[in-house]
Amino acid sequence: MSQPDALLKIGSLSKHFGGFTALDQVSVDVGRGERFGLIGPNGSGKTTLINCISGALQNDQGSILFDGAEISRMPAYKRTRLGIARSFQIPRPFGSMSVLENLIVPLEYVAHSGSLHLSNPRGEAMEILKGMGLADKADTLSSSLSQVELRKMELARAMAARPRLLISDEAMAGLSSNEVSEVLEILFKLNASGITIIMIEHIMQAVMKFSQRILCLDAGRIICEGSPEKVVANPDVQRAYLGA
Amino acid sequence: MKFLFGALALIGLAAAAPLFVRLEYFYFAGFVVLQFIVLATAWNILGGFAGYVNFGTGAFFAVGAYSAVALYKAVQLPLGLQILAGAATAGLLGFLVGLLTLRLRGIFFSIATIAITIILETVVMNWHYVGGAKGLPILRPTEMPLYFTNYTQWLFLVMTVIAVLAVATARYIQTGWIGRGLRAIRDNEGAAECSGVPTLKLKLAAATISGALMGAAGAPFAQYLSFIEPSSAFSLNYAVNALAMPIIGGTAHWIGPVIGAILLGTVQQVVTVTISSEMNVLVVGVMLVVFVVGAPEGILGLWNRYVLKKGAP
Repeated sequence: MSQPDALLKIGSLSKHFGGFTALDQVSVDVGRGERFGLIGPNGSGKTTLINCISGALQNDQGSILFDGAEISRMPAYKRTRLGIARSFQIPRPFGSMSVLENLIVPLEYVAHSGSLHLSNPRGEAMEILKGMGLADKADTLSSSLSQVELRKMELARAMAARPRLLISDEAMAGLSSNEVSEVLEILFKLNASGITIIMIEHIMQAVMKFSQRILCLDAGRIICEGSPEKVVANPDVQRAYLGA
Repeated sequence: MKFLFGALALIGLAAAAPLFVRLEYFYFAGFVVLQFIVLATAWNILGGFAGYVNFGTGAFFAVGAYSAVALYKAVQLPLGLQILAGAATAGLLGFLVGLLTLRLRGIFFSIATIAITIILETVVMNWHYVGGAKGLPILRPTEMPLYFTNYTQWLFLVMTVIAVLAVATARYIQTGWIGRGLRAIRDNEGAAECSGVPTLKLKLAAATISGALMGAAGAPFAQYLSFIEPSSAFSLNYAVNALAMPIIGGTAHWIGPVIGAILLGTVQQVVTVTISSEMNVLVVGVMLVVFVVGAPEGILGLWNRYVLKKGAP
């Protein structure tokens, strides 16, 4: 369970909404450069967990250490500046801006927050878009993108924050199988460049292929953690998630 | 550079106006239009750029006006310092209202701005030093500044300078990284925060700057009318106009509120003189409805679509 050189260490994390326990004593470490999968049935707490990591929600108890620093009381924008970026389950583009401008926001506010005079933000944003295969959409209004383009833009915008940890929240939901492989390829490429990735996904082939280690949540508790093979073979996982 | 020359030219024109325009009413009406340029521009910094609607323009305006009156009565503070004081107090008010409500998303800020207008008006009604509910007549300084022979002409120039500064501020904010951050907040606040935008800080800054500019617009108000009383200083008309003008002009660009204020402000002055002062309120209402339904992106949106042949901006 415990990784010697973990980038992210979550200890006994709990989150309640009124009387409902969304997360109950969740502890997990994610290693540097790891490809980490997070699965579980709907309502099991996956998104709550990453909301707590990214700062959209604050956990009630427990600790979150990122690169050795306690971040659980830090506002979200500071966590992004530290190196935690995420995409959203339902894409949230800055709809009044072009695709390029969507990337310039994090470039200006994160990558260059120390010195706000960017030498060439457009050039940097263009580089990222090229890597995502979105270069020809740079000047398109982001609210007029197709679903797969929106997903890629979400990842591109997260990448513009120059993260060390990328959290991909169902980046492939609703995509065709070709599109899934396309996004998967992008994520592999990002991981190869040294970025740790946490992937939340319902598409089992994708998460099995991608992850080195998988955590399965059910009703806010960890029911299994380990290699993809071990997790799918686990009877609890099969009962809770795979419907066997 | 073009903007700077344009701004200086406008100020120069206002300074030289007494040489070629003798009609007193021109300055009297022009002052009101300029005042609305400031209010609309100030409103747009928070309402248009960041999407947080302020219904309390009257409160910020009146706080500026009454700060100026109180200091003028107490120590005969000169006009320039009255304006700075009015801006500082109204800016502080913007910061405080923001601090209490801008942590929450949605309409809490808007509701608070309505409440603050009512509270402050009640306070001023009972503050006898500045005249309370029955108002306070103001004696303008007897010595005219510079070469001016008429104090309204001088106030016209002063308001021109405030308007130019307000528009320059809005333009600086819009075209830079702050403006992009505010737009990100308006489009999707959660995604903005996760893109490293310090949303609370930016909203507070916008609320403070917006409030300060509204206060600056209000500071010369009592000198302009030689009189001040709460119900006209806190008038709902300021709130309605400051919101209607940017929406009619277009909220996405700094020029939008300027166009809206000049158009609506002038129409109102003409209607007031030719028809009735009650009718000008109706004009605002009708135009607002027409634009919200027919051209939600304002005159700028129409311009982009039909003249520049661009899609949605």
